[in-house]
Amino acid sequence: MATETTTRAKVRWGLLDVIVVVFALVPVLWIASLSFKTPATLTDGKFIPRQWTLDNYRTIFDTDQFVRALVNSIGIALIATLVAVVLGAMAAYAISRLDFPGKQLLVGVSLLIAMFPQVSLVSPLFEIERQLGLFDTWPGLILPYITFALPLAIYTLSAFFKQIPWDLEKAAKMDGATQAQAFRRVIAPLAAPGLFTTAILVFIFCWNDFLFAISLTSTERSRTVPVALSFFTGESQFEDPTGAICAAAVMITIPIILFVLFFQRRIVSGLTSGAVKG
Amino acid sequence: MTLPATPTGAEVAAAETERPTGRHAAVPTQRTGRRGRAPLSENKKAERRLGWLLCAPAALVMVAVTAYPISYSVWLSLQRFDLRFPDQREFIGLENYVTVLTNQFWWTAFGVTMLITVVTVAIELVLGMGLALIMHRTLVGRGIVRTAALIPYGIVTVVAAFSWRYAWTPGTGYLANLMSDGAPLTERASSLAIIMLAEIWKTTPFMALLLMAGLALVPEDLLKAASTDGATSWQRFTKVMLPVMKPAILVALLFRTLDAFRVFDNIFVLTAGGNETSSVSMLAYNNLIRGLNLGIGSTMSVLIFITVAIIAFTFVKLFGTAAPGSSDEERR
Repeated sequence: MATETTTRAKVRWGLLDVIVVVFALVPVLWIASLSFKTPATLTDGKFIPRQWTLDNYRTIFDTDQFVRALVNSIGIALIATLVAVVLGAMAAYAISRLDFPGKQLLVGVSLLIAMFPQVSLVSPLFEIERQLGLFDTWPGLILPYITFALPLAIYTLSAFFKQIPWDLEKAAKMDGATQAQAFRRVIAPLAAPGLFTTAILVFIFCWNDFLFAISLTSTERSRTVPVALSFFTGESQFEDPTGAICAAAVMITIPIILFVLFFQRRIVSGLTSGAVKG
Repeated sequence: MTLPATPTGAEVAAAETERPTGRHAAVPTQRTGRRGRAPLSENKKAERRLGWLLCAPAALVMVAVTAYPISYSVWLSLQRFDLRFPDQREFIGLENYVTVLTNQFWWTAFGVTMLITVVTVAIELVLGMGLALIMHRTLVGRGIVRTAALIPYGIVTVVAAFSWRYAWTPGTGYLANLMSDGAPLTERASSLAIIMLAEIWKTTPFMALLLMAGLALVPEDLLKAASTDGATSWQRFTKVMLPVMKPAILVALLFRTLDAFRVFDNIFVLTAGGNETSSVSMLAYNNLIRGLNLGIGSTMSVLIFITVAIIAFTFVKLFGTAAPGSSDEERR
């Protein structure tokens, strides 16, 4: 079947490709289109703007509301990603390389947490964080993010670590490298792509969250962009917020698009390897 | 500042390592203890200790942020606890559960959630399988298809939800104008359909990626052999691919089912739960943040937790060994 690469087959596959691409892109292009429309043409229902403007982008960057939320989103997601990847890497190294009792238990616990209904934590975390003074702070969001990112990190990283030819480390030491050198020169470069891929996946997860962000924050101090977006809505009675919402939405989609464009291969391999081989 | 738990985690692990290995293991019998039955060598002991040390921080964070709150939630659910009237806080046993379980809103939300879960997961399985086949086997533009498919996966759900909302807003939206008169997001049936559309658009790629992992396990020779034996492509799909992919399909189904059951973001943006389109997550959120009723909110939290546990358990029971968690045996 793979032998007959006829033009007919190619055209068929090409058509299917086009359907997928259109299906995937239309909603994204639509919101981008809205963000470039002028207030006068916003409600014309046309897919492509008749009059283009950047005013919506100016509006959101003029308001503190969006800029603060963007800073919060970036800071919280980056810190949570960093911590989750470091802790996940430690655990994944132990799982893939060491023999110790309790290993299966850890794998099981991570699996349970991956399946955990996050809304079940909202009420108790709300109360606990209020008592601890973590409510509406960065750590108050970072902690649950780390928790729910860890299973993802551990699974993806152990799948990556299992593929690393660890014998190279021994070989390097045999050739006179110290333990530190062997790690830095041989193992670290081999492990870096896996760590990087995991970091992207974890970042996307944190960047995406809405439930925790809306339940565990109450002010601009720690509100992230998805939450700020949902509050734009009822904000002003005199001005239609649609354009501003769309502009802000496009802004937080840009990093995702960049990741996907540049690291498609890695993201796919990360998601597929972590999923089945456990 | 980010992780006060770490140092204590290490201490706990260190303290634990002392116990099981104990002093007696210092006897230098070098019978490389397989599975830890024979006295452990120094190396083995060090390996164990390192293993625990490395896992402790992750394990501690995960348990501290889930196990403790969920038990606290059980405790809160047994109390009358409304933050607007904190003086009336008292222990009332199972009264909250009676209140919730006899409440029509709860059951409506439960029905909505179930409906969304079943319908979206079923459609996603079919579409996801198609997408997985395209991503895996296409002869042209594989990179482009995969890149495009990752966009719904990566995009912030709230952003996608806004896109769908404006698409269906009369006047503004390209879909609303195409379709019909009236405002689809103000009627129950059409709202639910749009919510499901948004869910399916967002999560089909994830389903497809999980299925593609299974597709990669199908041996190419087997397909060729079936082909030479005269199997049609449908037969190759059902008789060769599907059996090999079964574990991957089950993993994908389980994860997507549990994920679909948590549906929240799309509903929040699309309808805000209006016209009886609330999911259980929406309802729990509304009781907590809007209603500030911690007792009822926690009760719903516990009920959702139990439901999810039942779903997961049923999956594992029904499909036995193929379920995840039996991590190693599915490798071939």
